This record gives sequence, C-alpha cells and structure tokens, in this order.
Amino acid sequence: MSADAILSFEEAMEKYDPVLGFEVHVELNTKTKMFSSAPNVFGDEPNTNVNEVDLGMPGVLPVVNKTAVESSIKIGLALNCKIAESCRFARKNYFYPDTPKNFQTSQYDEPIAYDGYLDIELEDGTVFRVEIERAHMEEDAGKLTHLGGSAGRIQGAEYSLVDYNRAGVPLVEIVTKPIEGAGSRAPELAKAYVAAVREIVKNLGVSDAKMERGNVRCDANVSLRPHGRERFGIRSETKNVNSLRAVEHAVRYEIQRHAAVLDSGEPVIQETRHWHEDTRTTTSGRAKSDADDYRYFPEPDLVPVVPSREWVEELRATLPEPPAERRKRLKQDWGYSDLEFRDVVNAGVLDEIEETIAAGATASVARKWWMGEIVGRAKNADVDPGQLGIEPATIVELSRMVEAGKINNKMASAVLDGVLAGEGTPAEVVEKRGLAVVSDDGPLLEAIDAALAAQPDVADKIRAGKLQAIGAIVGGVMKATRGQADAGRVKELILEKLGVNA
Amino acid sequence: MTETNSTELIRLSAAQLAAKLAAGEVTAVEVTQAHLDRIAAVDGGERGVNAFLHVNTEEALAVAAEVDAIRAAGGQAAEELHELAGVPIAVKDLIVTIGQPTTAGSRILEGWHSPYDATVVKKLRAAKMPILGKTNLDEFAMGSSTEHSAFGPTRNPWDLDRIPGGSGGGSAAAVAAFEAPLALGTDTGGSIRQPGAVTGTVGVKPTYGGVSRYGAIAMASSLDQIGPVSRTVLDSALLQQVIGGHDPHDSTSLPDPLGDLVAAARLGNVDGMKIGIIKELHGEGYQAGVENRFNEALELLKDAGAEIVEVSCPNFQYALGAYYLIMPSEASSNLAKFDGVRYGLRVLPEDPPMTIERVMGATRAAGFGDEVKRRIILGTYALSAGYYDAYYGSAQKVRTLIQRDFEAAFAKADVLISPTAPTTAFKLGEKLDDPLAMYLNDVATIPANMAGVPGLSLPGGLADEDGLPVGIQLLAPAREDARLYRVGAVLESLLEAKWGGPLLDKAPALVELVGTQEAK
Repeated sequence: MSADAILSFEEAMEKYDPVLGFEVHVELNTKTKMFSSAPNVFGDEPNTNVNEVDLGMPGVLPVVNKTAVESSIKIGLALNCKIAESCRFARKNYFYPDTPKNFQTSQYDEPIAYDGYLDIELEDGTVFRVEIERAHMEEDAGKLTHLGGSAGRIQGAEYSLVDYNRAGVPLVEIVTKPIEGAGSRAPELAKAYVAAVREIVKNLGVSDAKMERGNVRCDANVSLRPHGRERFGIRSETKNVNSLRAVEHAVRYEIQRHAAVLDSGEPVIQETRHWHEDTRTTTSGRAKSDADDYRYFPEPDLVPVVPSREWVEELRATLPEPPAERRKRLKQDWGYSDLEFRDVVNAGVLDEIEETIAAGATASVARKWWMGEIVGRAKNADVDPGQLGIEPATIVELSRMVEAGKINNKMASAVLDGVLAGEGTPAEVVEKRGLAVVSDDGPLLEAIDAALAAQPDVADKIRAGKLQAIGAIVGGVMKATRGQADAGRVKELILEKLGVNA
Repeated sequence: MTETNSTELIRLSAAQLAAKLAAGEVTAVEVTQAHLDRIAAVDGGERGVNAFLHVNTEEALAVAAEVDAIRAAGGQAAEELHELAGVPIAVKDLIVTIGQPTTAGSRILEGWHSPYDATVVKKLRAAKMPILGKTNLDEFAMGSSTEHSAFGPTRNPWDLDRIPGGSGGGSAAAVAAFEAPLALGTDTGGSIRQPGAVTGTVGVKPTYGGVSRYGAIAMASSLDQIGPVSRTVLDSALLQQVIGGHDPHDSTSLPDPLGDLVAAARLGNVDGMKIGIIKELHGEGYQAGVENRFNEALELLKDAGAEIVEVSCPNFQYALGAYYLIMPSEASSNLAKFDGVRYGLRVLPEDPPMTIERVMGATRAAGFGDEVKRRIILGTYALSAGYYDAYYGSAQKVRTLIQRDFEAAFAKADVLISPTAPTTAFKLGEKLDDPLAMYLNDVATIPANMAGVPGLSLPGGLADEDGLPVGIQLLAPAREDARLYRVGAVLESLLEAKWGGPLLDKAPALVELVGTQEAK
C-alpha cells in the first residue's frame, strides 16, 4: 500500500475551497430490532440475538418497530426537519453475506424527516449552519470478521465469519446537504457537526451514542474546487470514521490528498476511502459511481408509515432541552467564565463534568479535574477524554480525599494514574501505593525545624510579615517528606512556630 | 374399519367429516388413516398423482389421536374443540412447517426444515387439524402446470397425462383425488383458482391481507395470498375462517376480520343480486366448452333470481403484461436470500477461487430451475436503473387502472363472473417450452391479484369437447369475500342438482387407473 501524496493543509487551503457532506448513521437503542422482535443488544455472543426474520429465513416478513419510528421522528424534530405525512420503505438490492436477505430495507425516496438544519458552534463561538437534507430509517447489516489475513482486513483474508446480532438493528441515517464555505475550518466544523449530532441523539435518549461501539458512525464526503468556482469537484467518501478526532483528521487528510491529486493534474477518483487511525491516512476502497444500481423499489411487505400530526406534535412537546440551550443553562448554573466554559465545551467534557457534578462534586472541582488532569492525559493517549473510562464516582472520591486532607493534590494525580492503570478504586490505589498524607505533627515539626534552620533569612522575612515567602519553607518540608505532607497543615505549623498570625 | 368405510370416508366433505366426528360416528384417527391409505394407493409410483412431496404420517395420526382422546374424555376441553378438529388437511409446500421439510418445489431448499411455523400452520395446529403432508408445486410457485417442480410434475386425477394446473397443482390434485378433504394453496396470479378449475375443485384467493402471509415463501409480496382448496364451497369457507384474520407478523394483513364466511356459504342466496359478466374475460381465446359451461352458469343464476349485467374492464388487457413485470421484479428481490450462505443448498464452484460471490453464483445456478431463473432475470432487468420507470413504474400505473376498472365494475354489479381459465387441462409437456402460452392460462385470474380483490373458482361442469372440468370464477370487492361464498354456494347447489351429484363423482376411479396404467 503506497502512501498517497499530500499537500500541506495551508497550501491546500490557499488553492482550493473544500465542500463537505456527511452521512451519520445513528444506531437506535430500542429494545428490539427494526423489523423483528429479536433483542437489540450490543456485545452478546455472536448470532444469539437473532430470530428467523433477522436471518432472512424463507417466508418471513418484516414489521416496523414503532419505537424506532418514534425515535426517528424525535431525531428529525431535533434537527429542525419536516416530518413526512406518509413515507415508505424501499429495498436496496445487493448481494453481500452480512445482509441476510441480500437486500437492505431502507427508506429511499421517502425519508421520514427532511429539510432541516443544525447550527454548529465552533471553538471560537462562531455559529455555522449545516443544512440537513434528510434523516431516514433503515436497518443495520451483520458484522463480518475477516480471518487468516492481516489486520482483520478483507484483502488477503482466508475466510470471514458473520455475526447477525447487528443485522436489523434500527438505524437513522442523517444526510447533510453539501456544506460550502467552511474554508480552513472544514476539519473543525466536521468534528463539531458530528459532535453535535451525537450530543443530540444522546440527549434525546434514542441512542447510546457511543462512537467507539459504532452507535454513531460517520461517512465523510470531501471534495475540493478552485476558489471562485461554483461547480463541485469530485468527491471521496471516507467510511466509518468512528471518533470525533478521527472525523477532524480524516477531513483534513482528504483535503490535503485531494489537493495533491488536483495539483498533479489528475482527476480525483470518485470512491470510498477507508480511514486508518494508526497512520491517520485513508486508503482506496471501492470505486463508487452514481450509477451503482441497487434496483430500489418500494418494500411490498410493509405498509407506509403515516405519522399523524397529533403524534408528531405530542413528540415535539416531549423533546428534551436542545443541547445549545442546555449549554447556556449549564454555564449559568456552574458559574464558569466564558473562557472556562468554552474550554470545557471544546475539550468535549461537558457531559462528563455534568455527570461528575451529579455524582457529588462541586462545579469548580469537576472542572479542575477534567480540565486540569484528564484532558491532558487523553491528549497524551490520543483519545477523547470520555474514552479514558474514568467514572464520575472516581473523581468525587478523589476530591473528597483531598478535601479531607488524606492526600494532597499531587498525590491525587498519582492516584488517578493508578486508577487508569487498573490498580483499582482511588482508596485501593492509595492503599497499594502507600500514599497518605503525613498528618502526625511530630515528623512534620522536625522537618520544619530543619527547613527553618536551613533558610534563616527566609524565616526572618516571614517573621517580618512577608508571608508570601513561606513557600520556600513549605517546599523544603515537602521535599523532606517526599511530598507526603499536607501542605496546608505545614503552613499552619510554620506560622505557629514563628509566632506569626496569618 | 372396512375397506368400504374407508372409501366412503375419503369422499366426504370436510363439513360432513366434522359432523361425523362431532357425533362420534367416526374417529379422527380413522379419518386421517383413510386419507393416508388413499395417498399410499394413488399418489406414488410412475403413474401416481404425485400430489405430495412429503407425507406426514406420524404427526398427522398423533394429532388425530389427540383429538379422539379429548373427545373421549369429554368435558370442557371436548366442547372447546374446533369444529374442524380431526379433519385432515394438506399444505402447499411453499408454506413453512416445523417438523416437515419445506422445499418450495426447489432443489435449492431440498432437505431444509423450517425452524418456525407459518401463521396459517399455527392456526391449523390450534384447530387440531392433522396435517397430512406437503403438496407439490411449480418451483417457488412459478408456473401454471406444476411441471416446473424440481420433484416431478403432479398429474391431473381426471386424466393422468394432463396437468393439474399450477402452481398449486399438488393441493388441487390431492383434493380432487380424495387424498385430502382440504388443502392450503397460495395464489399470486391464479395459483389456487386455475388448478381448482382444471381439477374440478373449489379454490379461493381471499382479499389481499385477509390471510396472513407470514411463513408463505414469497414470490411476489404484493400479490401473494394464502387461501383454501376444497371440494365444496362451504368447506373453503370453513377453512378460510380458520386461517384468516389479522396477524401482527404481517403488516399487510387486514386489521379486521372479514365477517362470517361460513354463514354466507350456508345461507347462499342470489335473489336480487347483480352479477356482472366481464366483457374482456370471455369469448375470444376461450375454449368453446369453457364458454358453454360459463353461459350455462349464467342461466342458472338468472333463474335463481340474479340480475346479469355486462361490465367492461378495458384495462384488463394490460393486466398480464403488467403482472409479468411486477411479479418478477418482486420475485427477483424475494429470491435473493437463497444464496447458500445460511441454509439450503450450497454448491462450491468447480475451480478456485472459492469467493463468496462465486459460491452464491454456483449455488443459485445449480439450485434454481429455468423458469425461476427466467423470472429473476426479467425482474432484475425491470428494476434496473434507467428501465425502472418504463417497466416497473408503468406496470404499477396499470395496476392502478385495473383497480379503477374494478371499482367501476363493482359500482354496477355486486359480484363479477368469468371463466377461471381459458382452457381445460392441457397435456403434460404441451406448453413447457412456450412460456408465453403457459402465462396465458392466468389471463382471467391475474386481475384479482393486481387489485387485491377476492376470487373464487368452482366447478362449472365438463367441457363438451374433452370431458374435462371447467372452472367458473367469481370476484367480489375487497373485504367482501362473503359475497363469493354466498353466490358460490347457490351456483354449486344448482349445478349439482343438474349433474345429480358432485362433479368429482364423474372423475375416474384412480386406484384402478393408477394401477392399470402402471401396468402398461
């Protein structure tokens, strides 16, 4: 696999104008599948959550899951879409072993929701409107695992196993209209758009919205055109980009790759691309043309879905607070400054902070932990902060230990490392690593005496009222106790010793 | 039980058997055994009827014994037994059954056992009707002669060298040959009614959605309908009452029941009814003997007090053409699942590579017969980009026009009438190499499927020129199946009065015929 040539992003932006388009697949968290009564559960033994319908046995018929329709309408409404008065399913015919009937039942020319928009707030607060073409219902395919080759890829595999547990899981596919005018902010917008969709479906409660489990999957379409040209360039479609960071990176990479292709005078090939997280590159997938013939026709086994206007309005009335409004409310509730709140949003830890506060932490403690400790670790690990797997309860426990003086902040950070390393709960890590603040004043007083003796001039300054000089003595004590002393207590004892009232 | 008793039992209608069972004059095991004996006597061998692909002896007798035990024990359980409990039935092998193979008449499903029961089969089991076995059919119900079965043709009990109609030739022949009093069929373009016509039996295609399709292997989903096959109009009503009704597994099944069909059949009456002759569905292209019997039926209905009117359905002339676009289109998609991956036949290509596409291709090449392939190719073409509007799209428009023709006709008449098929049974092999001639057999039955309206075929007598059965078709508006039974019962009794007994009394005694011809 030879690497594609790329241009620097800056150079690409100087020469070309990117046009984006997204197809985001959202797996609904209904109890049962889109067209059968089999359970919709992730992670079970292969081929256990299937019945005759999911396996495409002879004679079976689909029945539409009403809850899935309800969820789809909610998504449509949250995306400011119109809800169809009547819509049908169609059959998308193609032979592939992950599709038990050898056709996918999907909405085609009659989506349940259409003509919507989503206002996306970028990092600096700029709002960018993304137009939504449609949101339609369909069923997921089974999962193929390719074995005997390298890296689980189909190329070179000796055989493939198929798990139909996912076959028939309800999906809503959200399709944008072409997104123009994002310019150099295209990668950022891409990430923010997918984050917004994920946030909406999670907020609606219609999807578990875990990207790492494929609950939300993004196909990113990218094309470039020279500045000033109206006609779109030829697009590539990067499939299954399954994290927010990857969406940003994939769009950025494709822009750079397209720019290099166009610069070389070659036409861009219309194709699907596979995203590789390890190399942060894409490779060529299947040539895709608009002439792909899926022989769509209306699904004759299903009657049209006809959501009554009353039902739609009922659902509209029960919609939860939209994420943008929620953010406004949270900012006020938490008392963060504009900058603090934007940082939190941009770091993608809004939900995590909310959960941490709900678990018992104060707003400032929750922010301190997520922004001060966890975001940095996530960056180092190259994952989204939420993906580190830190439970809100862990943070609450850590902060309570600090407040109680059992450990200091420095130790707490070490305890968090221990938790992340799988050493157990914070209490267990403290126990195992032998971390505890020295709270017996005896050894502390000895260390304080030594520190004061070592820096008599500093001691004099403190006595003279220059209290800010106390840091040097505290530092000496902490060094002597290998950081295990409670800095607050040390301060108190020093002042006591020197007879200074703070 | 004596031989005579057994012979008498098999000639009884389902309603008569039910009465005898309820009165304790006969046991369900005796009734079931009599039919199993008949199957053994006439169905097998070189010159046998070959109506059955599988005979379900053990289970049928076990269900019969259970009915007898419940009846013997008396009490509430006995009182709650369904009217047809213990009356045996044959099931078209397109309908899936636990415990018996289901082949759809195709090599591609040979040996496959369904892990679930069709809804209609569940209903038969709930009524404790012993299932005698699975009947032969054109492969995936594609044909009008049962010659397209991968397991050999079924023979017409009236003349073993002739076709029993299709695709449900097995069910019709089983009932005509007294191998079963009742059978289930499926009708996509006439597969219940046309076999009924050429075997002198009764067959009903209910209103689309009147009977659940769950578990009927789909040919064309928007046209397929399960329905009853019997020797009397009342028996079909009894059976439709068992299998009909809403099914949560079939979105296209009607939410409400279709009314009391049995009462309609028992209280048959045509006095003051308007019965419409469809101008386009008789005359030119119809065999003279068929036309004669049809006119005779009209006279009888008129004498019974019906008003005969003529209606025109000008768009019916396009029905066959449109049907042969919609049906294969849907079939091409419905049959895609037969690929050797999950169940049924799997054929590996002769040479490597053993890729999934090649295995699917080899399986389908080996597993499907020519007629199935013909329709898959036709349907795939009709749905292709660039052709969809011209073919599938236009055909759907014709369908709407046919529905409008029916609406206009039913504004003038309560029930419509026509011959069921243009000819009597033709010879085995006669039209096998001429698909278009074969397709023409369904010219009169297809409009009902295209519009979703119910249709009933009943014996109209024998054609003068060949002495073979002629079918009379009645059509009613959607959901008005009761009208078919009401009119059908009257016409049946008038005709039987004229013949001096059921038409099938004139059919050859098959035991000798099968035996004699086998000896040749």
